[in-house]
Amino acid sequence: MAAYFGLVPWVVFLPVIGLLLNLLFGRRLGEKGIGLIASLAAGLAFVVSVVLALGLGYNPQPVTIHRADWLVVGSLNVAWNFRVDTLSVTMMLVVSGVGTLIHIYATGYMHSDVCHNGDPGRYRRFFVFFNLFIVAMMILVSADNYLMLFVGWEGVGLCSYLLIGFWFEKGQEGLGNARAAKKAFVVNRIGDFGVLVALFFIFWAFGSFNFTDVFSKAAAVSQALPAVTLAITLFLLLGVAGKSAQLPLYVWLPDAMAGPTPVSALIHAATMVTAGVYLIARSSPLFNMMPAAGQIVAWVGALTAFFAATIAVGQSDIKKVLAYSTISQLGFMVAAVGMGAYVAGMFHLVTHAFFKSLLFLSAGSVILGMERADEGQHGEASGHTVQETDPQDMRNMGGLQSRMPLTFWVYLAGALALSGIAPLAGFFSKDEILAAAGHTPAIFVLLILAAFLTAFYMGRQIFMVFFGKPRSQPAAQASESPAIITGPLVVLAILSVVGGVLNLPGLAWLEQWLSHTVQDVLPGEFTWPVALGSLTVGLLGLVVAWLVYGRRSLGSPASPDPLELSLNGLFRAVEHKWWVDEAYHAIFVRRYEQLTHFLSQPVDLGVIDGAANGLARLSRGLAQAWSRLENGFVRTYALAIAIGLVLILGYLVLR
Amino acid sequence: MVPVSYYLALSVILFSLGVMGVLLRRNAIVIFMSLELMFNAANLVFVAFASYYQALSGQIFVFFVMTVAAAEVAVGLALMVAIFRSKKSIDVDQMSSMKG
Repeated sequence: MAAYFGLVPWVVFLPVIGLLLNLLFGRRLGEKGIGLIASLAAGLAFVVSVVLALGLGYNPQPVTIHRADWLVVGSLNVAWNFRVDTLSVTMMLVVSGVGTLIHIYATGYMHSDVCHNGDPGRYRRFFVFFNLFIVAMMILVSADNYLMLFVGWEGVGLCSYLLIGFWFEKGQEGLGNARAAKKAFVVNRIGDFGVLVALFFIFWAFGSFNFTDVFSKAAAVSQALPAVTLAITLFLLLGVAGKSAQLPLYVWLPDAMAGPTPVSALIHAATMVTAGVYLIARSSPLFNMMPAAGQIVAWVGALTAFFAATIAVGQSDIKKVLAYSTISQLGFMVAAVGMGAYVAGMFHLVTHAFFKSLLFLSAGSVILGMERADEGQHGEASGHTVQETDPQDMRNMGGLQSRMPLTFWVYLAGALALSGIAPLAGFFSKDEILAAAGHTPAIFVLLILAAFLTAFYMGRQIFMVFFGKPRSQPAAQASESPAIITGPLVVLAILSVVGGVLNLPGLAWLEQWLSHTVQDVLPGEFTWPVALGSLTVGLLGLVVAWLVYGRRSLGSPASPDPLELSLNGLFRAVEHKWWVDEAYHAIFVRRYEQLTHFLSQPVDLGVIDGAANGLARLSRGLAQAWSRLENGFVRTYALAIAIGLVLILGYLVLR
Repeated sequence: MVPVSYYLALSVILFSLGVMGVLLRRNAIVIFMSLELMFNAANLVFVAFASYYQALSGQIFVFFVMTVAAAEVAVGLALMVAIFRSKKSIDVDQMSSMKG
């Protein structure tokens, strides 16, 4: 079977071929051809991943496939190697598997989206970026050293930026989407700075970037240089906070919803944002040496899980709720890997990829349904109608259950899986994380509260979107999406329902599978109290959501949220996201702007330009003074010669 | 035998007159004449010292100076004619169109 491992570079090359074909010939291929090539590229990468997984099934030992030498400088030798082990192949399967489904969905979704936004030419660009993302993500997960991982890490950040700003001229004041993309990029740079510093420390302490070298020396180096090892882990955590949207760098992810919905599903829910979790799981030998760092990671994750869940309760944009939910679930994963429960974290990563991309894609289907109804209402004379009702605002929805039945059922599956209702996928993975947190009561409490809020806001969303009476004209006339969109939804729904079998208590396939790569795994435990507790909490959240949002049908879109009546101040706080954006703006952005203003006005214009202009003025003044001597009168020149002669002679004679 | 200092004094007077003429007059012809005066002041000194030291080289130098001066006057007068044709004047202060 080992011969098949030579196929691994194709997980990168196939999407490269796809994007090149679309880039060069896309204009002639038409929408069908572009979508087919892009989906095929992702799909074939999935096939390769499956082959690799089967190969590992026979012989689960990690294999490194050498592709090319990259940097050879002195003792530094960074090669472009592909690492095939159970951890990287798990990520490859998720990226290409979920990625393929989202590609197929996007062929339908983007057709409507480019028509709706009035620029069909961007269809090709979207799929080029999408394939490029798969390329970068595959480089990230298949790297066998930290530097190649960083290449992919930056690559996915770039694709994220490009796709958030896909409709860069749209949004608030025509700048909203561009601003969101810029925010994501800038905040991610802060995290990437952390990764970069960690890389410098790693090279300084270990003399290599190679995973195998670093991890084999981890014990010795952490004995000799505990402070450096701690710094490495904490700077890696900063990178994780940036990429996986953890406190305090999570602020970019909600704004990233400015991108088209497939982008939110693929990049900002299923794959890229989980890269941080992967990074910690990959670096587990380092984190295992530093229990203190693991504690900090777990706390960051748990606090993020709870904090983001509170904000999700107060949002009214269907995608914003899911965005905060993603942050919260990433918090669960980060908390899990921080506590050493790498398998639980990876398990939740996989199941979350299923149900959160399902939720995003179904939300996209809902938005499309609303937009279609809105356009049908206003007529398509101009081809691009003015929006009167926000198709993403849940307050404008309601009663979509009967209008979009298939979307409703898959959405329900995703929501229940996310809420942790047995026996759906989310129940098992979340339960494992909660069980692992049982050793640290404070983290357990935070996570169980977050789990309750998760069930509550998902219930709120279901009741606001699908139940009650339609609260706007488009909602009343919404129609079901075509099969190209609902097909991937059904597949993802099935995965969300049965995904739990990956690591069923007792069987623990994923745990055995990953144990070949991730050593010293905290064994997953299944305890009835925790399982029943998390199930109870999930059901309780849904029941409370029903009491608040489902029992009575909601009023008009303008009427206040039912929670606002009972929890006025608290609801306003979560609705405004605890004013974190405003605080960041006041503390960092304003200070930075003042600094740049100071640097631009007094320093740049005053000192630097002043010096340059002053020199210019000085030399011009001197030139003008001298040019007065050159008056064109021959006799003046003759006089000057005579005087000079007299002076020279006088000097020679009298000295 | 007139002492050499007399020749020198005469030469100084002639040279100074020439310098004054060059610096003060505006007519190009007069400036040329003043230049000739300065040449000849120098020539006078050459000849005076040649006779004083009984050396022939001073007198030979004078011949060279006279031929070079003649050539210089030929070129100068040609320039003068060319300038007069374009400017209708030989006032040197008029020839200032190339000033900065």
